[in-house]
Amino acid sequence: MNDDLTQRVLTIIAETQRKDPALVTIDSSFEELGIDSMDGVNIIFALENEFNINVPDEEVKNIKSIRDMVEGVRRLTDLQEKPTA
Amino acid sequence: MRRVVVTGIGVLNAIGKNRTEFEQSLREGRCGIIPLTDPAHREFRFSNAAEVPNFNAADHFSLKEADMIDRFAQFAVVAAREAVAHSGIEWTSDLRENSAIVTGSCIGGQTTEDQGFFDVYKMGKPRVHPMTIPKTMANGGASAISLEFGITGPTFTIATACSSSAHAIGQAFHMVRSGMCDVAIAGGSEAPFSYGVLKAWEAMRVVSHDVCRPFSRDRNGMILGEGAAMLVIESYDHAQARGARPLAEIAGFGMSSDAHHITQPSAEGAAKAIRMALKDAAIAPEQIGYVNAHGTGTLVNDPTETRALHLAFGDHAKRLAVSSTKAMHGHTLGAAGAIESAAAIIALSTGILPATINFNEPDPDCDLDYIPNKAREAQVEYALSNSFAFGGLNAVLAFKSFS
Repeated sequence: MNDDLTQRVLTIIAETQRKDPALVTIDSSFEELGIDSMDGVNIIFALENEFNINVPDEEVKNIKSIRDMVEGVRRLTDLQEKPTA
Repeated sequence: MRRVVVTGIGVLNAIGKNRTEFEQSLREGRCGIIPLTDPAHREFRFSNAAEVPNFNAADHFSLKEADMIDRFAQFAVVAAREAVAHSGIEWTSDLRENSAIVTGSCIGGQTTEDQGFFDVYKMGKPRVHPMTIPKTMANGGASAISLEFGITGPTFTIATACSSSAHAIGQAFHMVRSGMCDVAIAGGSEAPFSYGVLKAWEAMRVVSHDVCRPFSRDRNGMILGEGAAMLVIESYDHAQARGARPLAEIAGFGMSSDAHHITQPSAEGAAKAIRMALKDAAIAPEQIGYVNAHGTGTLVNDPTETRALHLAFGDHAKRLAVSSTKAMHGHTLGAAGAIESAAAIIALSTGILPATINFNEPDPDCDLDYIPNKAREAQVEYALSNSFAFGGLNAVLAFKSFS
């Protein structure tokens, strides 16, 4: 299922990687898209700006796939919407 | 071709305000990593750095002189003064005319530039300080050294990121070896602790949250450092004629470009530079006893450098003593090649190989002898200093003991 958030993340990834958006799906692997570690850092920067979130370094180490990026953004934006205090 | 020797060393960094302190710290394995002192620098994802403690420009310069040059150029002059004094060189008009200065710097005076841009962009000021351009230029250190000693020979600066000062020393070595000049002051300096520069490093996500642990399985990044080192380099004949005692011989220099990736290192590219240094020195791999590694402590550098050492040294790799002194003085970027060359020369001349401190546990991908945590007594004949820069530009210097 591609909800709005997923679509926004995929669009950002396609834009930063200068890829045809049709090629970027939630199940694409970094290898298929030719995304290396520096590309990953660049994508996270763009996602931080788009969603107004901060992705800690520890989280970055655990991101292994596009799906991890989508779920990570979802978790961080959920935290913003439902402050625990 | 002429033999080339090092006759003077000047150092300034987190673990030494001069060569003697630096040597002592290398021996003791002292860690110079501390929390960033400027309160404005405490909002990053990392909080530690290897700053030069208590550096006060007024201790070294008149206030007017200090106003004319950025902190990185001040470091360059302080280190050059010490190197020249150590060498015992007495400047004659002929020597001033014919000596060279080659410095390395990665970012030049960006601290000055950052302040100026902050003033106009953020504070809405209508103008920046008129010295912003001359203080920011990467050759500020070389020019300040030239002014300091009245040296009018070939003087320039090399900017190859973290290999800058290794390339500078290599270039000066070639110039003296070829007979273009008898004496050169070569090295590098860096002072990268401005808000904007720190923000840029934070964005790369390669800086450690605690300390630098090169080659250790639990390493989590580099630690930024500042400082300078300068060497006085001269032809062996020139040193001998004036009765100077060489500290080490510069035996060879190797350079390569990875042509692989703008930030990711390549073992093949690094190995090529190592092989070229050995070839230039006309020595066999088995003659190298110590390697001062690039050893940044990032996840990617250390196993790649280990692979490069395996590629270049074959079976001998396992017998090499390898250490990264960046765990003590941080990654000083454009000054790194010079500071680490100084460490390698000190290791050769004192017979004490500095340790890789902060080393907790072996990593299967880093399977060499890294001299963990404790300096080691060993007389070695040849040592390498490795520098592998972002952009894939590699520079490796080979030094020979002069005992």
